[in-house]
Amino acid sequence: MITLKINGKDHQVETDPITPLLYVLRNDLKMNGAKFGCGLGQCGACTVLLDDQPIFSCQIPISILEGRNITTLEGLGTAAEPGPVQKAFIDEQAAQCGYCIPGMIMRAQALLKQNKSPSDRQIREWMQPNLCRCGTHARIMRAIRRAAGTVS
Amino acid sequence: MLRNLLRALLGVIIVAIVLIVGFWLWARQPSIAAIAPPDASTFDKATIARGANLVAMGDCATCHNSPEGHPFAGGFPVPTPFGIIYGTNITPDPDTGIGRWSEQAFARAMHRGIRRDGAYLYPAFPYTHFTKVSDDDIKAIYAYLMTRPAVHNVVPAPRLPFPLNIRPIMAGWNLLFFRPGRFVPDPAKSEAWNRGAYIAEGLAHCGACHTPRNLLGAEKTSERYAGGEAEGWFAPALGARSSAPVQWSEAALLNYLSAGFARDHGVAAGPMAGVTRDLRKLPASDLTALATYFASLAPPAPARETMGAASTDKASYQIATAQAMGQKGPAKTGEAIFAGACASCHFEGGSQPFHRPIRLRLSSAVTAPTPRNFIQIVLGGIQPPPGDHGRWMPPFANALTDEQVSLLAQYVRGHFSGKPDWSDIGKTVAQVRKGSGS
Amino acid sequence: MRNTTALSRRDFLAGSALVVSFSLLPGKLLAQTGAGQPTGPAFGSLKKYPYLDSWIAIGGDGHVTVFTGKAELGQGIMTALMQCAAEQLAVNPEAITMVTASTARTPNEGYTAGSNSMMESGTAIFHAASQARNILIGWAATDLGVDAAQLKADNGTITAPDGQKRSYGELINGRSLHVAATNQTNLIPPDQYKVMGKSLPRLDIPAKLTGGPIYVQDMRMDNMVHARAVRPPNYDATLRDIDTSAVEKMPGVIKVIREGSYLAVAAEGEYQAILAMRALQQAARWQVSKTLPKQADVYSVLQSLPTDSKVIDNRGNGAIADESAALRAVYRRPYMMHASIGPSCAVALFKDDHLTVWTHSQGVFPLRATVAKMLSMPENQVDCIQVEGSGCYGHNGADDAGADAAIIARALPGRPVRVQWMREDEHGWEPYGSPHVAELRGTVGGDGKISGWDCDLWTMTYSTRPAGDPANLMPAWYLEEHAGPPQGSQIPLPAGGGDRDIVPTYVLPNTHIIYHYITQSLPLRVSALRSLGGYHNVFAVESFMDELAASAKADPVDFRLRHVTDPRARDVIAMAAEKFGWSDTKPLPPYHGRGFGYVRYEMIKAYCAVAVEIEVNPDSGQIRVVRAVAAVDSGNAANPNGIENQIEGCIIQATSWTLYESVNYSESEITSRDWGSYPILRFDAVPDSVKVHVINRPGAPFLGTGEAGMGPTAAAIGNALAHATGVRLRDLPLRADKVRAALLK
Repeated sequence: MITLKINGKDHQVETDPITPLLYVLRNDLKMNGAKFGCGLGQCGACTVLLDDQPIFSCQIPISILEGRNITTLEGLGTAAEPGPVQKAFIDEQAAQCGYCIPGMIMRAQALLKQNKSPSDRQIREWMQPNLCRCGTHARIMRAIRRAAGTVS
Repeated sequence: MLRNLLRALLGVIIVAIVLIVGFWLWARQPSIAAIAPPDASTFDKATIARGANLVAMGDCATCHNSPEGHPFAGGFPVPTPFGIIYGTNITPDPDTGIGRWSEQAFARAMHRGIRRDGAYLYPAFPYTHFTKVSDDDIKAIYAYLMTRPAVHNVVPAPRLPFPLNIRPIMAGWNLLFFRPGRFVPDPAKSEAWNRGAYIAEGLAHCGACHTPRNLLGAEKTSERYAGGEAEGWFAPALGARSSAPVQWSEAALLNYLSAGFARDHGVAAGPMAGVTRDLRKLPASDLTALATYFASLAPPAPARETMGAASTDKASYQIATAQAMGQKGPAKTGEAIFAGACASCHFEGGSQPFHRPIRLRLSSAVTAPTPRNFIQIVLGGIQPPPGDHGRWMPPFANALTDEQVSLLAQYVRGHFSGKPDWSDIGKTVAQVRKGSGS
Repeated sequence: MRNTTALSRRDFLAGSALVVSFSLLPGKLLAQTGAGQPTGPAFGSLKKYPYLDSWIAIGGDGHVTVFTGKAELGQGIMTALMQCAAEQLAVNPEAITMVTASTARTPNEGYTAGSNSMMESGTAIFHAASQARNILIGWAATDLGVDAAQLKADNGTITAPDGQKRSYGELINGRSLHVAATNQTNLIPPDQYKVMGKSLPRLDIPAKLTGGPIYVQDMRMDNMVHARAVRPPNYDATLRDIDTSAVEKMPGVIKVIREGSYLAVAAEGEYQAILAMRALQQAARWQVSKTLPKQADVYSVLQSLPTDSKVIDNRGNGAIADESAALRAVYRRPYMMHASIGPSCAVALFKDDHLTVWTHSQGVFPLRATVAKMLSMPENQVDCIQVEGSGCYGHNGADDAGADAAIIARALPGRPVRVQWMREDEHGWEPYGSPHVAELRGTVGGDGKISGWDCDLWTMTYSTRPAGDPANLMPAWYLEEHAGPPQGSQIPLPAGGGDRDIVPTYVLPNTHIIYHYITQSLPLRVSALRSLGGYHNVFAVESFMDELAASAKADPVDFRLRHVTDPRARDVIAMAAEKFGWSDTKPLPPYHGRGFGYVRYEMIKAYCAVAVEIEVNPDSGQIRVVRAVAAVDSGNAANPNGIENQIEGCIIQATSWTLYESVNYSESEITSRDWGSYPILRFDAVPDSVKVHVINRPGAPFLGTGEAGMGPTAAAIGNALAHATGVRLRDLPLRADKVRAALLK
């Protein structure tokens, strides 16, 4: 059994410890935020935060995560009370199909937590690992600029 | 008594001054007159095109592009054991670049490491190799650079400690370690071999990374291609001293240099990734020549599959093995970490085209004498540059703790390579972490 | 409205029992059978489904349900359709719940594709809502004894001059909207619009951004199993031999499904299914043949295949008499991918001889017919329900994943089956966009106008959707009674398939355009990819316009305007040029260039013009789009921000296609199998600014928009490259190595 600390709460998980975090979040814990995109760490759809840093949850087995702080999209807010980054994305209507956006929000959250006013170049470099196919990038960048300074 | 002492001291001072002034006079290099930036139309297209390939051959972009990616605008911090030296602006900007450099001034810099104004360049700029480049090739490189758009960009001064910050000191360094002179072909060898040697020893300056350096930063000529360092990566030994379980064949070298991947060795990573991406712009004949040259550095031997074939079973990792471990709690061993974090891609076999990962028992990073490259790759992953094709591995820097990386390194080395354990894994993890950030 | 929808969808997906019952529930109470209905008025899909209750239901509480046969694909259509209904029914957006494509509940509007949704479903709902409002007013007139002309409908309530009121909920009591639409609609006029033309926030976004269960990938049903299909190494492989016994003993494995060469595995846990799939891949022995032509030969092979050649446009004197005097250029485009970020997924349940498939297909009705045929089941025992997936941009793996789920579910009766494709499945097995070759020849007269325009276009089908033929469902190729190869069809102009937008809408005196439709498809699987042939054809036509403009020494925008009389086309071109600053004479920095592209999409849909500024890396040859400005006229703009979002998406996606993309393959297999072997645009290449200007035409017909920006963007980039460097590249994509080589020539 492995204890995972997710969004500040402990979860006891009986799943095979080699299982990547993504499947445990989605299937065992019934959380939808992290998405399956490639299973290869190439697209960022599965991004969650580990001790405030972005990781590809599709590649990280739960066996190495005990004692660490995991943050998922669900930890940032709800539809009724979205977190500041989520709100900025909603305000900018920064989504088309929206499938990549949870990962985008998580990666942006990590950036804005350590940098209150990132430059465009810093935003681009930081967001580079995450893919969007609908071409929502310009709105995503606007949303990140809008959210700058609101994350504590 | 005191007077004698003062007199002696004065003598010493005078001698020192004479020596210093003498050294300075001896070391002094004339400035070459500034010219009005030549018009791009004065260079012919064929020469420019040849120059483009030569600039790729020299991988000039790696150090001379700006950190923002402006070609040849300078400012890239090149780490050396002595301090940071910034790649210079070699665009034809008259004020901050080489716009006022004549071809003669440019040739002197390439061949002798002297700036247009007569100041000494640091050997981080590999004039020790470029001295071998033919005048004709220098001409073409000059033509290419002088026809790129000028970028006004002031590059920071090198950050070097005293006395290295005194440029004339380099005259002494040159006296000790620099042997100027153009490449001399070996008539006993083939044309391809000589072409390969000309490229490798000259513009491509392979030894700058693959040959170890002495305390003063000069390549140890007695240990040519015995393995060196580059930007926090280990540059593996080439030729006879290579630790590759399968000898590098000419075909493998050609593949590696042109595609950045060789099935029996691995993916070009770290600084070598950029090198191979530049090399693939060259004509096929040049790449073949390079492969010919480097293949010749190892004694001709039957396929040298040392560890590989004998221990296939032990060295492989089946996809079901991870599950079959029946692991229960958190991963405490390197194998348990590998089973979760690595085996999903690094398993053996599979009929799907997608699943042909590098065999770890053959990987240069796993068989190298130092864990440095393995740790670099685990922490930073491998990604092709934006828009480009290439093999991929995600970074694990944010996921794995230092202890987990160390356990993993120990396990992979032991399980796959069949070579002696790495020492200093923990220290190297800390170093790489510090250097690469996360 | 937002909360209601979010809640209803949450209920729908969260409680699995609810999901099951949902599929077996009402729906059929509504008159959705299609057949036997009278033909309705020519208001979009009302023609096929004239009964108002096919589109609109009003509850006793006044709550409105709007049914559409179109699917939300992330294009924001649900919100735009809601706005159409709210406006004409005179209710607040909050009072509406949208129900999208479901064979059990909604009208059959075919595919959600081709930028048709506003024209078909939007028009239908607009008129149905308006006619329903009039009927409600009529009922109120009866109830209140007041002349209908004196009544006003607003916010779901009808008010008489004396202050008497009746809510819609009160009025519907005991009455039915099962009334056929007439060809008389008393539409609320544009000057009274309250909802139309407003950029209301999209209904689906908050839940998507906070972890709501939105996508078919998010469906979780009680007792659900996780399945993976084991794909062969290439199209033509057959399964020679496999020992499944070891895999069957793996933890969690429920069943290995083998039917002919079709191989799949179902397990309790998702990762268990993945490990079992990998083990099956190792164990399987396939008979593989080398079947693909050399990638380098694709265009010569293309032009050597048998064709059905037709002149599709012939104006004035037809072909150019003296070809030697003509400017000639050949444009090419390789295979390209949809490459959705979320690989295809489906959930299916086979229970009591009834099969239900939850799918992100663009066409649940055609999928139902095809799945039924594939499994030899009567169609009325199959239902397909659309649940959103990751953006698809055409016919991707969605339908095939639905077929996978159906095949596996039938082998596991009573248990819901979730099939998720892996990344390499999506890249390797989706149908690609077809390759093209277009040769254009043109002449310019002494008046500086085009005097001759000839074109030969070679390409193939863009339509191998599962329209009832199992050969078009990839998993069916491997079943015992295998189907295949896929069958393609043509789409007639003005929409066109491979020939979409190859006929310029410019005023040209003489034209001669031949479409060489290749009747035998090349070995790589192809089907509908966003804008079909339009992407390449607009690239060709609009690049050639610039080449002709250069030969006439004319400014590209002026030159276009010389050949345009339609005032709306002129407005769009002028607006894009003006907002871009086209007439600004300040010279650009070296290696910067600007380019223009325009289309009247499918000859009759949205007008769209795009201007870009690019910079070219003078060493590597890499192009970067610095900024892009677009103008678009979609007719009556329901939700301008939605239109902007679509065109912004076109610009960035087309930039990715144009700069990087082509499917790579060897003679034995597809080698583009992940994001390293099929790179697409990342944040480094995002333009510094992307601005879209919507020209709203309130009251005008809706014009399809979602794909209109693809071709103009490609052309604008190619034209900007020529402007920046003097180099004209005609082979897509405009990759850095090609640009570099051309610059050094």
